[in-house]
Amino acid sequence: MTAGETHDVVIIGAGPAGLAAALYTGRGRRQPIVLEKAIPGGQILMTDWVENYPGFPEGIAPFDLTERFRKQAEKFGARVETDEVRSIRREEDVWMVAGQSREYRGRAVIIASGASHRKLGVPNEERLTGRGVSYCATCDGPFFRDAVVAVVGGGDNALTEAIMLTKFCRKLYVIHRRDEFRAIKILQERLLSNPKAEVLWDSVVESIEGEKGLERAIIRNIKENRTSELPLDGLFVSIGLDPHTGFVRGLVEINSWGEIKVDSRMATSQPGIFAAGDVADACPKQVAVAVGAGVNAALSVNDYLESRG
Amino acid sequence: MAMDLPDITDQNFDEEVLKSALPVLIDFWAAWCVPCRMIAPTVEEIAETHKEKLKVGKMNVDENMKTPGKYGIRGIPTLLLFKGGELKETMVGVQSKDKIIEVISRHL
Repeated sequence: MTAGETHDVVIIGAGPAGLAAALYTGRGRRQPIVLEKAIPGGQILMTDWVENYPGFPEGIAPFDLTERFRKQAEKFGARVETDEVRSIRREEDVWMVAGQSREYRGRAVIIASGASHRKLGVPNEERLTGRGVSYCATCDGPFFRDAVVAVVGGGDNALTEAIMLTKFCRKLYVIHRRDEFRAIKILQERLLSNPKAEVLWDSVVESIEGEKGLERAIIRNIKENRTSELPLDGLFVSIGLDPHTGFVRGLVEINSWGEIKVDSRMATSQPGIFAAGDVADACPKQVAVAVGAGVNAALSVNDYLESRG
Repeated sequence: MAMDLPDITDQNFDEEVLKSALPVLIDFWAAWCVPCRMIAPTVEEIAETHKEKLKVGKMNVDENMKTPGKYGIRGIPTLLLFKGGELKETMVGVQSKDKIIEVISRHL
């Protein structure tokens, strides 16, 4: 593995945070290199429509939005490459970022590697994934025409998925462990006014069952402490995120949620390593927040590199 | 995003897959599925690097409903591996290249 030239900044992840950081470090003439393991855009690509990103009153398709982010960053000198980061280590005064195919030397690093859906952690979940259990309503919703489906969760993402699924299914349950939603009010209104939707409050999925595909879930009402059987064709899990930090475990400080700890300028516990977006703590999981955090991290990198001459 | 892999359809499935001399890896996808776009380049690379030992194709689940139904597919991307007319492996969701190669290598 050869590392080649030393970059001023290596950015890990080409979602909204990484691409915003690339734009600002690019404009700082730092020629950022952005490493993306799949395709640029990040988790927002799993949504069907973005209607809460300022500047787009009609809303915008997530792919169109992130393509704009990418083009704008590239216009100012950023380069996006496909590689999956395995580890980061210190070598004298640079950080060595090890990808699958080669190493990248960076004076500074911005970690914007994002997060992925959390699993329920119940028996049979693995076996029934793709056979009724799903983590992406936009991907798998069309398989559930006229079916009975449930969404687990109560945040923005859960309710967005639930509303989207009502376009396909016959009956939709939302299974939520509390007696109120955390999701923003407009989404609650849309869900609760939909005749296909029914909310099972104070409820958790205890187990899921089915032979060839999902057939039913066992639901526990945690207030009344009783269980009931819910026949289901589909179960969409939207209960939060697991940040992608495997490649920096033991290197930077991580909080109890698994997110990288950052200060108000997005600096991690290691000098020259910054973090932004869903992987960092203190970042609500929103595109606009990720963009802001990416900009913040980029400006910190520009200052950091300046101070080191 | 268009993939360069040959199309497997409900019509040619028996001929192209079940009667194939080589093991066959099929990528079930649809235009509205973003993770399918994410996994597509990986599958194409594997098609290239394993072309001596493996046939790789893609099936659009919007245009072909019989085969996905027959194999109980209710989530995409899904990769199925067939050998000797039998289903050997099922992989659901976006997988790393290493993982796909590990799974298919058991049958090559």
